[in-house]
Amino acid sequence: MHKVIIPIGPQHPALKEPESFRVVLSGEKILEFGYRLGYNHRGIEKACEARTYIQNIYLTERICGICSHSHSSCFIQAVEEIAGLQVPRRALYIRTIVAELERIHSHLLWLGVAGHEIGFDTLFMYSWRDREVVMDLLAVITGNRVNYGINTVGGVRRDVTPEQAKEILKGMDILEDRTKYYAEIATQETTVIKRLSGVGILSHDDAIRLGAVGPTARASDVRRDTRKDDPYAAYGELDFKVITDTHNDVYGRTIVRVGELMESYKMIRQLLKNLPDGPITVKAPRRIPAGEAIGRYEAPRGEDVHYVKANGTDKPERVKVRAPTLANIQAVSKMLENRLLADLPIIIAAIDPCFSCTDRLTAIKDVEGGAQGTMEWEDLHTYSIRWYRDRGIEFGAANKKLSAMMEGKK
Amino acid sequence: MRTGEEIKNALVRTFAFLTEKVRVQREKRIWADAPLEHFREVFDCARKELGFTMLCTITGVDDAGTMGAIYHMASEDGQVLSIKVSLAKEKPSLKSVTDVFPAADLYERELVDLFGVAVEGLPKGKRYPLPDDWPEGQHPLKKDWQPGQPGRKEETPHA
Repeated sequence: MHKVIIPIGPQHPALKEPESFRVVLSGEKILEFGYRLGYNHRGIEKACEARTYIQNIYLTERICGICSHSHSSCFIQAVEEIAGLQVPRRALYIRTIVAELERIHSHLLWLGVAGHEIGFDTLFMYSWRDREVVMDLLAVITGNRVNYGINTVGGVRRDVTPEQAKEILKGMDILEDRTKYYAEIATQETTVIKRLSGVGILSHDDAIRLGAVGPTARASDVRRDTRKDDPYAAYGELDFKVITDTHNDVYGRTIVRVGELMESYKMIRQLLKNLPDGPITVKAPRRIPAGEAIGRYEAPRGEDVHYVKANGTDKPERVKVRAPTLANIQAVSKMLENRLLADLPIIIAAIDPCFSCTDRLTAIKDVEGGAQGTMEWEDLHTYSIRWYRDRGIEFGAANKKLSAMMEGKK
Repeated sequence: MRTGEEIKNALVRTFAFLTEKVRVQREKRIWADAPLEHFREVFDCARKELGFTMLCTITGVDDAGTMGAIYHMASEDGQVLSIKVSLAKEKPSLKSVTDVFPAADLYERELVDLFGVAVEGLPKGKRYPLPDDWPEGQHPLKKDWQPGQPGRKEETPHA
């Protein structure tokens, strides 16, 4: 059989960090999966060295558009540790509220993308509509839908008023109600189960060996969650479960994320109920004394790690960032081994590498024949849905059912 | 639950050369300075005996006078052990750990591109994170490298 190489990218705006994938196929089976990263390297670590700590909060917040609060919190935790600052409890609670709201918006976004990639567009539309509830809440308490700018060295910049707390609780009730439907769909809808089960297998041992993080690891029954293992902010005072699953596949990753949504609603209610009184910030020095520290943070996609070294001035000596997708990319190669091309979109999407809805291009090249053609990501997506439809997996009925459920609820 | 002090004592007991070289910054944050020639022994001991089964990342640092690499390892119980090694300023080099942590591949490539560290035993693969046409010998995270230095070809405007 001819070997066919499909390069995807390098300009691959489907991903938050443009990546270049090289897929070697025999027939429809993936023999080899190669990647080239770095197309979106913006030199942020170098740029941090030339900016003050305050400026760097805003810079690190812009590392990622989805987990913006994750990066700024992770950075600031390291800085506060070096400076020996005792951040007020109320500030830690507010940081945690924003952190969990961010996780909710990120997981709902993922659920929609996953639905879209398998042709279940009703799920995509409903979960993105519901995501607006949490986006509005973030805008109410921080002033922004993304890049919240809530953190500052030694605390947070805005307080949460009792009226805002009421609004957040109202939003949590709506979303919890919705998420129950999604959990029902994910666990009972045969089409979803059939389409996602056994796809993108990552065994427990491989997840550990390859250093997978976040929901990707937890769906392979790896009980790793920085919020529990190395509690930061207010997590040490919260009662919540680490959701794991033993399916080891995309289906398991869906169960984990839906389960985590339910935990986040629970956490936000606890945080608002027990929100301590007091100041929201302590005075922080402009110059941070020499020293070094590591910040760890469970971002929606997995563990985020920042290393900060201070030299006694108002600018850091060194800032190092390890984002979760970097830790998960090796696991993707493993998941794709011997799988079908039709499963590639959902397997890549299942680690949640931040898809955007821009145009994407894939060039197809027949290695031996030398023939070339192009395939838009959209075509690959359509191809994947058609391939499964021809084999009996079609979401028409599921779409109708979900619509009926949502309509019936109103 | 073991404490940072217990991990420190276990390390010092096994490796006499680590006496005075291990520091417990706070509960869950341990730092160790290992001599380069003994690094792999300390690293393997932490991984196999002390339960540091995760390699969070490798940080390169350019201190005045020396180059360094810090291996941040984490355990299931939330402890973080950071093992530091010093490298020669001229032609810094170290051995790859990808044989036990395949995911270290990208972290080591960062050292290669951004600090000019030679990594022995790093599997063949695409460079990361700098562009393919990045000029030789330019390592942006070195302290003496400043943005805007000559070396990178100016882009020719389209006619």
